[in-house]
Formats: sequence, structure tokens, C-alpha cells
Amino acid sequence: MKIKYSSISARGSKRAWPFLLPGLAGVSIFVVLPFLDTVRRSGGPSVYREVLENRAFRLAAGNTLRFMGTALPLLMAVSFLLSLLVYRCAGKRSLFKTVLVLPVAVPAAGVVLLWRMVFCRDGILNGLTGLSVDWIRGPQSFAVLVFVYLWKNVGYQMLLWLAALAGIPDELYEAAEVDGAGELKKLLYITIPQVKRSAGMILFLAVINSFKVFREAYIVAGPYPHERLYLLQHLFNHWFLGMEIEKMSAAAVLLTAVIGGTLGLFAAAAFMGTEKQKAEQTAKQKRKRKGEQEV
Amino acid sequence: MRKGKRTVRIFGGGVLFAVSVGFVVLPMLLSAAASFMAEDELAFRYLEVLELGRAPVRAALLPSYPTAEPYRELLLHSPGFFIMFWNSCLQVFSVLAGQLLVGMPAAWAFARFRFPGKKALFFLYLILMVMPFQVMMAPSYLILDRLGLLDTHLAVIVPGIFSTFPVYIMERFFESIPNSLLEAAYMDGAGELTVFFRVGIPMGFPGIMTALLLDFFEYWNALEQPLTFLKNKELWPLSLYLPNVTADKASLAFAAGMITVLLPALLYLNGQTWLEQGISGTGVKE
Repeated sequence: MKIKYSSISARGSKRAWPFLLPGLAGVSIFVVLPFLDTVRRSGGPSVYREVLENRAFRLAAGNTLRFMGTALPLLMAVSFLLSLLVYRCAGKRSLFKTVLVLPVAVPAAGVVLLWRMVFCRDGILNGLTGLSVDWIRGPQSFAVLVFVYLWKNVGYQMLLWLAALAGIPDELYEAAEVDGAGELKKLLYITIPQVKRSAGMILFLAVINSFKVFREAYIVAGPYPHERLYLLQHLFNHWFLGMEIEKMSAAAVLLTAVIGGTLGLFAAAAFMGTEKQKAEQTAKQKRKRKGEQEV
Repeated sequence: MRKGKRTVRIFGGGVLFAVSVGFVVLPMLLSAAASFMAEDELAFRYLEVLELGRAPVRAALLPSYPTAEPYRELLLHSPGFFIMFWNSCLQVFSVLAGQLLVGMPAAWAFARFRFPGKKALFFLYLILMVMPFQVMMAPSYLILDRLGLLDTHLAVIVPGIFSTFPVYIMERFFESIPNSLLEAAYMDGAGELTVFFRVGIPMGFPGIMTALLLDFFEYWNALEQPLTFLKNKELWPLSLYLPNVTADKASLAFAAGMITVLLPALLYLNGQTWLEQGISGTGVKE
């Protein structure tokens, strides 16, 4: 067993480069080097201070954070609930699953008119509720954006949760049932602790998609939306049109630092988690072995 | 206890049914119905939706006077639309082909080899994957400008080829191939390329298909890239047709929307099994 493993690890750098190099060269030329150039262009601390004190930047950063703070927990919770329902109440090849995941494939341009139909001032939503809210141009457009993000991504996230649920061994539930545990207890003491490990990865993918919601915001509300909907992406666009490369570069560096830092923390936490698990497992095995020896 | 389980089942099924119908099926039917309406019916029902004026929306799941005229007009008498459709196809399929050519081998290298700096590099790929387009907007523009690629199809295609998301997805799958299988191939004297083509690609197939499907959805939906890198409207893809539809063509908007949705929806329905396997594979493993 051990010999096999070392023979795999012997397939080292020399053989890896031909596979890796074409892609890596492209990434370097088209992403990494241009980005480093950006860092150079961003200028000194005075530009960074200017960006951080810029009113539009503060507004956009605040809105983006608020969007993520609202939409991510909602998406995680709703998709988890749906995955529980699909897992418990529908078959493996359920039509529900097909239907709920479909929005992943639907391009923003294909649903603009639909969202206008629902959310415009004389639209379906106001018609059904008797309200006269301007969902697209008013402050409530924020809620619409959260909804559209949920609509688009809930199926995708649900598939991720379903995979996590499928990984829970049936014996755990059976044992709990023997002990007389009800649905709620099984959920709280088996399902949730078991899927927790996957939650980090699932959140990570949700964050990636949260930046793409700009497309919907742009198509439905245009380049100059209500103040509450003004996201970092809008700001970058406006700076780009105004050729404010210095400010853009500084803001890009700041955003990258925040994303990289958060991701680094996540990775560190995940790493510590697996290390802890490994340690626990070896401790368990040791105890087991000890027990066997004593018997 | 049995009975309790059944109630849960029925209740859950009911919720799923309500959510699926209310949020996906009905909206799709509404859009589809509107695409078969003639100009005067659209003006009566959806004047405000088409931004032609203000009048209450009178939504309908079936057109009163169904007609395929908007589709005929779009497909036969709108050369602009036709060009955009082909621009989309050209751009998207070139990106996907490029990703197969450079992204797939890179994923294989990350998954099956050890080399110095691997972890750091993979972390870099992850960061690039999260980064919103706007961060790279100015740098990409400048490099594309320097290489003379602006205002060509390549301005959208080349950066797309080197996106790191498909590498991540395929890597998950290549990594899960059991070592013993590869060992057996190496023992038989197979070279690196043979192992990659004969074992890696077939075993990683769901992952490869998932990466391609998700990227198809992504680039079919491209908005920021063409808006930023293509000034020449003759190069614009289909995803920019609707945001720029003019008042005199407003009656074709719903049909254009349906045609935009059609290809990704068909691909989704055909590739659903792979997509499910593939998406599942990306989330669970640490």
C-alpha cells in the first residue's frame, strides 16, 4: 500500500508542468500580470485614502455588504430547507428537482421582462397586494434584487446541500429512531451537525454567484439605479467610463485584499478543522486498539 | 409514527409543488404566452412592461389571439438579431473549446501531481474564481488594448478561456479518481498522456460536463465583458439584445427572450444528470 502511494507522489513536478503550463501562462498574461500592473497604477496611500473617503465608494461598499449580509444567509437557509424537503419527500429523479434547478440555466436577458411584469408600478405584485410600491426604481428595489438572486441560485445551492445530505449514513437515523427521536431532534442532532462540514464550501460558491447579481440589477434597473441598489460593480463601471484608472485600481486592490483575506481565514479554519478531525480519529483508533489489546 | 411520517411527506410535497409552480412554472408560462402575442394584444396587456407607457399589467397564461408572428419577424426579417445569435454561439463555444484545451490539463495537474508551490497556486486560482469581473475590468482592458484584441471576438473569448472556475470543478473530479486505477494503468506501461486520455477524461466526465454546462450558462449570459470590450455593436452577443431593444421592436422582446432561454434550457434538460453529479461533487469534499 505504502509503495503504491510513494510511486504516485514520485510523479512530481517535471511531469506536471506540461499539463499545467499552457493554462498557467494564460492566467499569468491575462490576469496576474495585468493585476500587478494595477497595483502599481493604484499609486500611493493618498489615493487609497481618497477612495476610502469617497462618498460613492462608501455607499457602494455598504450596499454590497448589506446585500451579501441579507442575501447569503437567506439563500443558505431557503436552499437548505428545500433540500430537506426534496430529500425526504421526493424521489431521486424528482421532477421538483428539475424544475427548481432550471433558473440556473436561464440568462438574465431571458427574464428581464418577466421581472418587470411582476415588479413594475402597475405590475402583478402590486395588483395582487393592493400596494403601489415602485419596486424597480424605489428603495424597495433592494428587496427585489435579493429575491432575484434567490430565484436564480436556490436550485444550485439545493443540489449542493442534497449531496451533503446524501453523505449522512442511514444508520445514524436508524439508531436515533430506535432511541425514540422525533423529526425535529433528528434534524437538530444528526442532520445539521453532519452537513456543517460542507457549509463552508456551499457558502463559498454562493459568494461567487452573489457578485453576478449585478447583471440582473443592470438589466432591470439600468446603470443608474436607486441609491440603495448602487453596488460596487456600478461604481467600477462609472469610474471606468470616467477613465479614473487610479481610483479603480486602488479599489480593486482593496476588494482583492478583502476577498483574499476572507478566503484565507476560511481555508485556515477548514484546515484546522480537518487537522482536528484527523487527531480525533487517530485518538479514537488508538483507544480502540488499546481496548482490543486489553480484551 | 408511520402516520406522522406520511403527514410530513404530504406536507413537504405540497410545499415543493407550490414553490415549483409559483416561482418557476407559472413565470415561465407567463413569458412564453407573451411571446406568442401580437402587437396590439401586447400593448393592451404589457404596455408598462415594454416601457411604452403606463397601464395596469393584465397578465395572461394564454394569449387571446396566439400568433407566431414575433418569431417569424425575428428569425426571418431581423438580420441584426441573427448576427447576435451567431456572435453568441461563436464566443461561447470558442471559450468552451479553449477551456477544454488548457483548463482541463491544468485541472489534471492540480489533482494528480505534486509540485512545489501547488497549494499556493491553487489558492490563487480560488481567489481569481471569486473575484467579480469589475476588479479585473481596467487591467483586462489595458492588456487587451496592448495586444490589439479590443473590439474583436477574441476580447471576450481569450479572457474567458483562462477563467479558473472550470479548473476548480474538474480538479474535484480528477482528484476523486481512485489511485489504484491509475496505478494499474502506469503498471501496464501507459504514459502520462495515455493515462490522462484513457483514465482521467472518462472518469472525470461528469465534472468536465458540469464545468462546460455551467460555463455555457455563464457566457451565454455574458453582459459585462462584451459591454466593456466590444464597442462595435456588430460583435455583440444575444445577451445584449434585450437590454438595448428599441421601442419600435418592443413587440419582439418577449420572443427574443424566449429564444435566448431556449438553448441553455435544452442543454440543461439534456445534461441534468451530469450537472447534478458534477455540482454534488464540488460541494461535499473538503
